[in-house]
Amino acid sequence: MIVRCKVKPSQYYDSVTLMEVARELTKLPGVVDAAVVMATDANKGILEGAGLLLPEIEAATPNDLVIVVKAESDEVVERALQTAEEHLARQPEAAGGGGPFAFQPRTIRGAVRTNPQANLAIISVAGQYAAAEAWEALHNGLHVLLFSDNVPIEEEIALKKYAAEHGLLMMGADCGTAIINGVALAFANVVPRGPVGIVAAAGTGLQEVSTLLAKLGVGISQGIGTGGRDVKEAVGGIMMIEGIKALQADPETEVLLLVSKPPAPSVTRRVMEEVKKGDKPTVVCFLGGDPEPVAAAGAIPAQTLQEAAYLAAAQTEGYTGPPAEEVIAQEMDRLRVQAAELKKRLKPGQKYIRGLFSGGTLASEALMIWMRDEVLGEVYSNIATDPRLRLVDSTRSQGHTVVDLGEDEFTVGRPHPMIDNDLRIRRLMQEAADPEVAVILLDVVLGYGAHPDPASELGAAVRRAREQAADAGRELIVVASVTGTKDDPQGLDRQVQLLEDAGVVVCNCNAAAARLAEFIVAE
Amino acid sequence: MAEKGIQALFGKPLHVVNVGLRSFAESLEDQDVSVVQVDWKPPRAPRLLFTKKGVDIEAANTEAVSRIMQGRPVLIGMGIAREVIPGFHDRLILHAGPPITWDRMCGPQRGAVMGALVYEGLAKDEQEAAELAASGEIEFAPCHHYHAVGPMAGIISPSMPVFIVKNETFGNYAYATQNEGLGRVLRYGAYGPDVYERLRWMEEVLYPTLKAAIESIEGGIDLRALISQALHMGDECHNRNRAGTSLFLRAITPAIIRTCPDKERAAQVFEFIDGNDHFFLNLSMPAGKAMTEPAEGIEGSTIVTVMARNGTDFGIKVAGMPDRWFVAPAGKVKGLYLPGFTEEDANPDIGDSTITETAGFGGFAMAAAPAIAKFVGGTPQDAIEATLEMYEICYTEHEHFTIPALNFRGTPLGIDVRRIAETGILPRLNTGIAHKEPGIGMVGAGVLRAPEKCFMDAFKAIQEW
Repeated sequence: MIVRCKVKPSQYYDSVTLMEVARELTKLPGVVDAAVVMATDANKGILEGAGLLLPEIEAATPNDLVIVVKAESDEVVERALQTAEEHLARQPEAAGGGGPFAFQPRTIRGAVRTNPQANLAIISVAGQYAAAEAWEALHNGLHVLLFSDNVPIEEEIALKKYAAEHGLLMMGADCGTAIINGVALAFANVVPRGPVGIVAAAGTGLQEVSTLLAKLGVGISQGIGTGGRDVKEAVGGIMMIEGIKALQADPETEVLLLVSKPPAPSVTRRVMEEVKKGDKPTVVCFLGGDPEPVAAAGAIPAQTLQEAAYLAAAQTEGYTGPPAEEVIAQEMDRLRVQAAELKKRLKPGQKYIRGLFSGGTLASEALMIWMRDEVLGEVYSNIATDPRLRLVDSTRSQGHTVVDLGEDEFTVGRPHPMIDNDLRIRRLMQEAADPEVAVILLDVVLGYGAHPDPASELGAAVRRAREQAADAGRELIVVASVTGTKDDPQGLDRQVQLLEDAGVVVCNCNAAAARLAEFIVAE
Repeated sequence: MAEKGIQALFGKPLHVVNVGLRSFAESLEDQDVSVVQVDWKPPRAPRLLFTKKGVDIEAANTEAVSRIMQGRPVLIGMGIAREVIPGFHDRLILHAGPPITWDRMCGPQRGAVMGALVYEGLAKDEQEAAELAASGEIEFAPCHHYHAVGPMAGIISPSMPVFIVKNETFGNYAYATQNEGLGRVLRYGAYGPDVYERLRWMEEVLYPTLKAAIESIEGGIDLRALISQALHMGDECHNRNRAGTSLFLRAITPAIIRTCPDKERAAQVFEFIDGNDHFFLNLSMPAGKAMTEPAEGIEGSTIVTVMARNGTDFGIKVAGMPDRWFVAPAGKVKGLYLPGFTEEDANPDIGDSTITETAGFGGFAMAAAPAIAKFVGGTPQDAIEATLEMYEICYTEHEHFTIPALNFRGTPLGIDVRRIAETGILPRLNTGIAHKEPGIGMVGAGVLRAPEKCFMDAFKAIQEW
C-alpha cells in the first residue's frame, strides 16, 4: 500500500469544499483512503488515526493545504493527487450571488458598503477567524448568526454583550438554526409563519419543535437561536434573555417557547426572572431540567420537545386540538400495540437499542425519555452526563447506546452527519452485524442546510443492513423519525415514503420514535 | 435600527451577508432572500485598531480622510518653478516617484532629465547632459519633497512654468507643470528639437497667456468642482481627462479673451488645449496633491498620502509617518500599445499621477469612466467592478466625488494600509506607458496594481507605532 501527499503552502479552502474533493478521490478506483484538509493540529490528529500522517504533513502549518492519498499503486496515487488539484482549481467559479454585479465583496465591510440595506450576517468560517468576522458584522450594524464553532467563550461573551447593548442579535457561536422573518437560516425548516416565538439554545431542538408545530398547523413568528453555550454560567443566557425581550415586544408573537438543554442554575434563574416580567404565555422545555423553577415563574414546563410543541400550540388563540397530555397518552397506547407486534419478529438474543443520531438535541431527548421512564436501565452514550454511562469508545456501542454523531469527536475535519450520511451508514452496518441489536433508532433531519435527499441514502443502507441481518437469520428493526415539513426542499412525504419503502418504521416525531424503540425492547 | 432593539428587525425584508459556506447563500436564494456572498479569505494580517502607544487608528484615519475631503484646491496662478516653488534652485531637477540617483534612473526618466538640461541651456546636447547629470553637480529630488507632482518622468527644471494650486481650506500649495500632450514629449522621456520647440512655445506663449487669464479670475478656478463634474462626464481624471480639459477651457475662455492682447496667440492656446485631451491631468494631479498633503503627520493614521513611481521604484508614504518612503520595484503595466510598439518596449510603471488614486479618483473611479473600460477588461461592468473592489481597501467614500453609475456613491477614498495587509487587495492604478529607452516617448497606456511589498513594509512599521 502506498501513502503519499502533497502540501500546498498558504492555500485556504473551506472545509466543505475540501470534503467534496476528498470524496471524489475516495471514489477513484484503487484509492483506499484520501484526505484533503488544512494542516491544523486537529486534522493532523485525524490523519494520524487514519495512518495518513506523513512527516511532511507533520511539518505543515494550519495555513497549508494537505492532500494525502493511500492507494494500491504509485499510478493510482499520482492520478488521485492530480485529480485533487483539478478539482480544487475548479472550485472558485461557484458564485453564490453577489448583489447587482458579479463583483463579490471580499469583506463584510465591503459587502455592507455595496449593499447598505444588509441587516444580517451568517458567518461560518473556521473558528479561529470567526470572532473577528462577527465583530466586523456587529460593528457594521448587522445582526449575526455565527454558525462557526471553536470560538473562545470570552469572545462569545464580549460579542453578546456588545450586541445586547446595540439591539442586535448575536446568535451563536455554534448556532446552527434560526428562522427570522420566516426565512430559514443555516439548518432550518420551511415552516408557516404564526404566533409562536421560539428562543432556542439547541439547534435541532428548534427544528423539532418548529416542524411539530407546523404539523399541528401552527406557525412561528421568529425562531431565534442562541448557540448552546448561551445558557452556561459564564455567558449567563445573554441572548436568550435578549430574545425573550424582543419576542415580548413583538406584536406578532402570542406565545413564547424556550428550548434548551438544562441551563446553569443561575441562568435558569435569570431567564425565569425575564419570563416573569412578560405577560405572554411561555412554554419552557429545558430537556431533563427541573420543572419547578419554570412553574414557579408562571411559565409552562414541558418535558420533551414533542410536549413543548403541543403545549405551545394549545396556548395560541383559536387552537382547537386536544390537550398535549391527551394526545401523547393516546399516542403511547398506539405505540405499545405497534411495539408488541414488532417485538414478535425478534430473536431472543436481540435486546438492545442503538440510537444513531445526527441531531444533538434529539439524542438528548431520547436519552431523557428513557431515563425518565426507567424501563431500559442503563443507556450508554457519548453525551451522557453521568460519567459511569459514558461510552468508553464512541465508535463502539455497549448495551443500549445513544451516539450523537454530530459531536466534535466525529465532525472535526469531516462534514456533519446531517450533510453527509457516510459516517452514519458505516455505523449502521456495524450495529446491524451485532446479533444483540434489536432496534436501530435514527433521526432524519430535513430542511435547508441538510442533505438534499437523506432518505434515499439512508433507506438504501437500511435495506442492506436488514438484508445482512436476515442472512444471519434475524430481523433488524429500524425506527426513525423525520424532522421536516412538506415545504422543505426534500419534502417530508417523499422522505417518509422512501424510508418506509426500505422497511423503516417511521414515527411522527423523535419522542414517539424513542418510545416505540423502548417499548419494543422492554420486558 | 440600533436604538430600537432586536425587534426592529422583525417584519423587515432580510438582506443577508453570507461569509463562509456557500450552501447557506444558495438556501437563501432558494427562498428569494437577497444575499451577498463574501469572497472570504482568511485575513493575512491581524486587525489593528490601536497603535502600540494606544493611539486610536480609526479616529486618526477619520481625521485624515476628513482633511482630504475638506480640502478645496483652487488654481490661483502660475509662475516659474525656481521662483515660486519654495527651496528651488538653479541646479535642482525634480523627478517623479521616490528618491533616486542618476545611476538607478530608468531610461525615460534619464531621457527627460537630459532633455530638461538641454532645454535649460545647462548642456549643449543630450550627451553632455548625461555627463552633467552623472557628474553629481545636479541635485535630484522627488517632486513630492517640494509639494509638487509630475506625470510620467515628472521632470520639473528651474525655468519651467508651473501651475500654482492653493488648498483654500488649509492654506497649503501644490505645483505641476503644463501638460505637453501625447507622443514624443519630455515627460515620456523624449528629447530632441521638436520636444524643445514645444516646451519653448509653452514657456513663451502658453504660460503667459494662461497666467494672465488665471490671475484675472477672482477667486481662481475651483479644481475640486471641476473634478467632481468631470467624474460625471466620463472622466476618471487620470487616464481620461477629456471632460476635465473641456471644463477647464470653459472656465478659462472668457478670461483669455479679456487678457490676451493678441487674437492669434489666444487661438493658438485654445487649439493647443483642445488638441490635448490630457491637459487637465496636470491640474487634477496638483489638486490631488493639495488635498492629500494636509493629512500628512496625523499620528496613528494608516492612510496612504503618496503613491509615486520613478520607473525604477514604486514608493508610498503614510499619513502617520510622513518622512518615510516605503519602496518596492515598480511594476509592469498591462496595457494597450500605440502602433509599432509592444510590451517589449515598455518601461516599468512611472509617474506621480497615482496621486489621483491616492486622492480618491483616477483608477479608483474607473466606474465613472466607461469610455476607457477597455483598459480594465472591456465592458463598463468591468469598470464598475474595478471601483467596487477598491472600496475594500479604502477607509471611506468621498463626499464630493461621486459616481453616477453607482447611484452617486462616493468614490473610494483613503487607501488604508491595514486593509491592504488584511485582504491582500492591492490598489488598481491607471497609467500611461513610456518607452524604456531614453529619447523616444509614449508607447501606450494601461493599468496595473501597486506592488505589495511597500504596503506590507509599511504595515510592519505601523505595528511598531
